[in-house]
Amino acid sequence: MTLTAKDVAEIMRLLEESSFDSLSLEINGIKLNFQRGSQARMPPASGNVSSPATAPPVTHPATSKAKPPCEPGLLDVPSPLLGVFYRAPKPGEPPFVEIGTKVSADAVVGIVEVMKLMNSVRAGVAGEVVEILAENGALVEYGEVLLRVRPEVRK
Amino acid sequence: MSIRRILIANRGEIAVRVMRTSKALGIETVLAASEADLDSLPARLADRTVCIGPARPSESYLKIDTIVQAALSVKADAIHPGYGFLSERAPLARLCEEQGVIFLGPSSTQIEALGDKLGARARAAAAGVPVAPGGAAETLGEAMVLGREIRAPLLVKAVGGGGGRGMKRVDRLQDLPQAMELAAAEAGAAFGDARVYLERFVAHGRHVEVQVLGDGKGEVIHLGERDCSVQRRYQKLIEETPAPGLSGNLRASILEAAVRFAKQMQYRSAGTVEFLVDSEREAFYFLEMNARIQVEHPVTEAVTGVDLVAEQIAIAEGRGLRLRQDEVRPNGCAMECRINAEDPARDFQPSPGTVRAAVWPAGESIRVDTHIVSGSCIPPFYDSLLAKIIAHGPDRSVTLSSMRRAIGETRIEGVTTNLAFHAEMLADPEFEHGGVETAFLERFLERRPRPLEV
Repeated sequence: MTLTAKDVAEIMRLLEESSFDSLSLEINGIKLNFQRGSQARMPPASGNVSSPATAPPVTHPATSKAKPPCEPGLLDVPSPLLGVFYRAPKPGEPPFVEIGTKVSADAVVGIVEVMKLMNSVRAGVAGEVVEILAENGALVEYGEVLLRVRPEVRK
Repeated sequence: MSIRRILIANRGEIAVRVMRTSKALGIETVLAASEADLDSLPARLADRTVCIGPARPSESYLKIDTIVQAALSVKADAIHPGYGFLSERAPLARLCEEQGVIFLGPSSTQIEALGDKLGARARAAAAGVPVAPGGAAETLGEAMVLGREIRAPLLVKAVGGGGGRGMKRVDRLQDLPQAMELAAAEAGAAFGDARVYLERFVAHGRHVEVQVLGDGKGEVIHLGERDCSVQRRYQKLIEETPAPGLSGNLRASILEAAVRFAKQMQYRSAGTVEFLVDSEREAFYFLEMNARIQVEHPVTEAVTGVDLVAEQIAIAEGRGLRLRQDEVRPNGCAMECRINAEDPARDFQPSPGTVRAAVWPAGESIRVDTHIVSGSCIPPFYDSLLAKIIAHGPDRSVTLSSMRRAIGETRIEGVTTNLAFHAEMLADPEFEHGGVETAFLERFLERRPRPLEV
């Protein structure tokens, strides 16, 4: 029995549709290892992945305690500093973004206040806001996921 | 008011140290940690950890606004600054005062006054505390006149801060202009203040410091002295109490001078008055006062039984001094070795990395203050202190034996440490005799057999 390219594609499709993350197959001395989850290593859109490549390998409680994304392929917008997160420019005004808002990379998506100093947070990636995790008026830590964006597919 | 939650604005062993007392007192702790320290032992021990920024201290541990914001947001009543980082920065204490957060240390005004080393010298002189001959040198002309008066060898020192930075020794007066220039440049870079002053260099000096506690209203007690003469480039390696071989009169005068100085300041919280002791002339001179808890505070705790962090908290809560001077009765001797991740064979270069295995000593009369466990990561961004091993005994000889035993029991794998170097120092006859001068370590390094150069 030989393994054709078509077979491999078929196996990949089966894994894709299954609920498993990895698959190991050994037939007649051929070893195949499939691993799902490549979306964790999306092409870096604008250096906006949740942990920059230069950062030390730490498990970030602020990041890891965030709930998992509701769909694969979303990019995190982390807080650039510790402070109080605000979704709107002023109390009573409409929020910068809502779920479904289309943003450009330099769009302001919120404010982090540190001792009366307002720091705007930019999306860092163009796309659509899919999740908003940080609560208005709550403390956010450095690196904490504020919201998630489905990146725009470039043609 | 009683403190219920403390934000610890520090890392490493001192964060663990502050947490231990806080927990014992039923106070919650929140650790303000950089990204590099989120997996550290203090982060695991804290009731809560908040990430204040990236690894680089300028973007995390030195950010005053962020730290006060963190304290306000987590509803901490107080901030403990530890040592180093922001511990002696008046702006942090001032922002705390403005925002109604208790700063576990002296007032911002006191920090500012003590941070000006020339000003502190003048205060010491005014309080009748001896200072080494010297004074301000704003211009080179002034410096030359003063230099001729106090004569070489002398020291050019930074007004803006201590710890050996911005300090230059001048052996011949003709080298003074160059030393002034270098010292000013170094001081400017380190403290943002290029002012320097001159002081006579004491050749036979010992570093003796006095632990004090003040209530901020003029009541001050001392908790004895510590001898920290074993130091390399002003970095202390071994500290002990009492200072060996000090005459009763000299010791009493030093302790009394420290209390007098702190009283004049109406000093609040735990602090340390540093002196240079001229062992040949039986004289002593005021150096500076450190407005923080010090690395070597455990030796004082060992002999007095006083928890200095608990006293800092009690004073901050307005409960004043809980001991009278006559209730402070030091018992025996204590010694501390600072275990650093550094390589004595390579000019004490830091040796960051991952600690594969760490085995700390235990047993009667041994205390270990550390944040290192097997698997701990030592980031390259911070100081190289891994642990402080403290031995306590009825006398110096028993304490020294315990310390040798404790150092022998310690195993650290994965990073290079100065453990073997400590063992060598502890075995040295001069150190064993006690009462070495600050020049000891340099001499020790010269005479010890050098490892073969490859």
